[in-house]
Amino acid sequence: MAQTTTLQPTAAPTLDAPRTGNWDGGNEPFKASYGKLMMWIFLLSDAFSFGAFLTTYGMIRHKHAVFTGEASAFHFSTKWWPIPDHVFNAFPGMGHANVPLGFVALMTMILIFSSVTMVLAVEAGHRMDKADVQKWLLWTILFGAIFLSSQAWEWGHFIRGHEEGTLMADGTVFHGANLAVNQYGPVLFADLFFFITGFHGTHVFSGVCLLVWCFIATTNGTFEKRGHYEMVEKIGLYWHFVDLVWVFVFTFFYLV
Amino acid sequence: MSDMSAKPNLSAGVQTAGGIGTAPASHTEHGEHAHHDEHEHHEQHWLWKYVFSQDHKVIGKQFLITGIFWAIIGGTLSSLFRLQLGWPEGTMEWLTPVLGKWIEGGKLNPEFYLALVTMHGTIMVFFVLTAGLSGTFSNFLIPLQVGARDMASGFMNMLSYWFFFLSSIIMFMSLFLETGPAASGWTIYPPLSALPQAIPGSGMGMTMWLVSMAFFIVSQLLGGVNYVTTVINLRTRGMSMSKLPLTIWAFFLTAILGILSFPVLFSAVLLLVFDRSFGTSFFLSDIYIAGQALPNQGGSPVLFQHLFWFLGHPEVYIVIMPAMGMVSEVLATNARKPIFGYRAMIGSLIGISLLSFVVWAHHMFVTGMNPFLGSVFMFLTLIIAVPSGVKVFNWLATLWRGNIRFTTAMMFSIGFVSLFISGGLTGIILGNATLDIQMHNTYFVVAHFHLVMGSAAFFGLFAGVYHWFPKMFGRMMDEKLGYVHFWLTFAGVYLVFLPMHYVGIAGFPRRYYAWTGFDSFSQFADLNKFISTAAIFAFFAQFIFIFNFFYSIWRGRRATENPWNSNTLEWTTPVVPGHGNWPGEIPAVYRWPYDYSKPGAEADFIPQNVPYSQTQSSNLPYEQELAD
Repeated sequence: MAQTTTLQPTAAPTLDAPRTGNWDGGNEPFKASYGKLMMWIFLLSDAFSFGAFLTTYGMIRHKHAVFTGEASAFHFSTKWWPIPDHVFNAFPGMGHANVPLGFVALMTMILIFSSVTMVLAVEAGHRMDKADVQKWLLWTILFGAIFLSSQAWEWGHFIRGHEEGTLMADGTVFHGANLAVNQYGPVLFADLFFFITGFHGTHVFSGVCLLVWCFIATTNGTFEKRGHYEMVEKIGLYWHFVDLVWVFVFTFFYLV
Repeated sequence: MSDMSAKPNLSAGVQTAGGIGTAPASHTEHGEHAHHDEHEHHEQHWLWKYVFSQDHKVIGKQFLITGIFWAIIGGTLSSLFRLQLGWPEGTMEWLTPVLGKWIEGGKLNPEFYLALVTMHGTIMVFFVLTAGLSGTFSNFLIPLQVGARDMASGFMNMLSYWFFFLSSIIMFMSLFLETGPAASGWTIYPPLSALPQAIPGSGMGMTMWLVSMAFFIVSQLLGGVNYVTTVINLRTRGMSMSKLPLTIWAFFLTAILGILSFPVLFSAVLLLVFDRSFGTSFFLSDIYIAGQALPNQGGSPVLFQHLFWFLGHPEVYIVIMPAMGMVSEVLATNARKPIFGYRAMIGSLIGISLLSFVVWAHHMFVTGMNPFLGSVFMFLTLIIAVPSGVKVFNWLATLWRGNIRFTTAMMFSIGFVSLFISGGLTGIILGNATLDIQMHNTYFVVAHFHLVMGSAAFFGLFAGVYHWFPKMFGRMMDEKLGYVHFWLTFAGVYLVFLPMHYVGIAGFPRRYYAWTGFDSFSQFADLNKFISTAAIFAFFAQFIFIFNFFYSIWRGRRATENPWNSNTLEWTTPVVPGHGNWPGEIPAVYRWPYDYSKPGAEADFIPQNVPYSQTQSSNLPYEQELAD
């Protein structure tokens, strides 16, 4: 009876070897370990979270009016969505100079540079070059930290607001922004700004924490003993993803 | 095999569970496997073996037991509100010892009625039919059926259960709040859910609902990532995607649906938390409470519905697809016939999965959305009838001229097909925007989804438990009690939900606490009593199952290795597989899982791990070529 054959070791492999194609089992069809595959799948899932937030942004922005007058005549009002150039035009240490999107462009550059150093760390890992992995991880951590501090400054400035402020319905002049009211435009402008850049910033913060842990593990020789630096690669995937998401956030909040 | 691929099989078990590894191969030489595995585990503390276990089989059972617990709670809640609906004038004084101040002057508190309905939906959809169904069987069956020692990451798998547990604790605690649990429906539409001051149930109950659901989503993600990865990377040699049992295909696609749709609910939940607690206006605009305008401006409650149903619709397939997979497996095994249209079954599962992401707005035909958009969603919705029809015809064709063995699992599988047809047909009615606008928020909708998704998924769950119980606990469940359970449940389900269609078509509205104020509905008093009686009766019939389940764990007839003469790999393990599943080498796979009653074969089944060279008499010409 067939049942009795079930636990016998495979007979005569030349005759009956199971198929060994890429998807035939017994191997990794994407040439990726389970950990790396999990990271990819998690990122796909996370992309849907961000997708939902950005869709929310799109739908809510679509509900609001746009300013239709001359660009020079623009002023903040709850009647229309603000023009980003007028909101994000400050630069640390430059007082009242008008630098539209200057600072955020610098932040974006720094974050993109951190992706470059991350790639170099992963590459050094492939070479099993511990010193180089450490060096490039440190650079990535540094850039990540600079990005986070820049965002903190950006938030601080956004919260404190511009000199002129906006005349509110009750006759007072309001400066800056919080979740319930802001000087720049409709309340949801600030809500979405805080929420989405905050959600992204949380991701960057987690990324920096992971990188610090990774740096410590590299220094301790954990990965060297393991024989590969795949963990650096996995965290690298996450880091690039967070970077990519920023490109979308940047596009939606600052450019469009 | 690359150097990485061997690692996941064993690392999880070896590192943490104290040297389990593979058992000596000599075990396989004995015919007796019943008493084999205890000594491999002697170093394990019971806490790590039964509680914080990383063994997928234990985790699967943990999900099952927790799911049963929740099903009892969910069923009890439905009995309570059916009492109210069936006997609106009756007294409920006798429930005061249990419900306390929710009974006021012999009447159920209306607020509590809303909470009952909300929690019944939440518990059944998420905690029973998502976690209890796919949590149980994806965990238990994926490694066993694809031929893996365990899940890709046993640790994450354990976390998945414990996040679910945490989420369960929070949701359970919310039942005992002074202001009651969440009460704005399981779909938690704002503004009711977004304004803590709106109704008692919008307060702490809603907050706990949201927190609980956030943990639930984390649990789903941890589980889903594991299921998908395991199916992709850990299949045994020869187990190509076209040799996977349909159960695995269903779990695989279900996990993908969960991974892509739950994060959107997570986003919605997070936005809602901000609206409730931090003064944002994402879902709020133009609201007056007691004549006072709220400051919130510019948000959109319909936006929440879009986000919610982007999860919500795939969610109903997350609930039903594992049941479909298991039913396919049980039908083929017990009809002693290959599943009809194996590739069509896979294709239709993929089709349903893809379509499930583009039909969500059919829940929103009455939100005032653009009618053109409505017609697009209607078109896409009706297309789902095609892959669903393919599945139904294939199940029927599998049964046709089969050598059917009416095991309890088989009865429930046939019952599943019946319910899926009855409930699916009304889905076509509701998928039409013009009809749905009439039916919306009537009991017709309630009847529809309780048949096609609620009851059918429960039937899949029962089929799965009866069928795989011997592999879970090494004992058989009692068939006679199983029959009684089946017939009472099957009759009960139809007696409850068929009349519900009639009252629904007649316009009887959902979510009404007291319908007695409307003359036009008084003619349904008898039907409502009938439905309530049948519902409570069907609920109590489930205790037969619960008794059978727990009795059989300890006292059931001992099972053999392969009691159903089934082909899939889990039946090649010892009666109760230990950690690592196979004592010796993992078997390789040579054939698809449905070689039942193959002409010329010695037995009426040929397990997947039997090479073609051993079945010369039954090989088809192309299979013979593989053997030579």
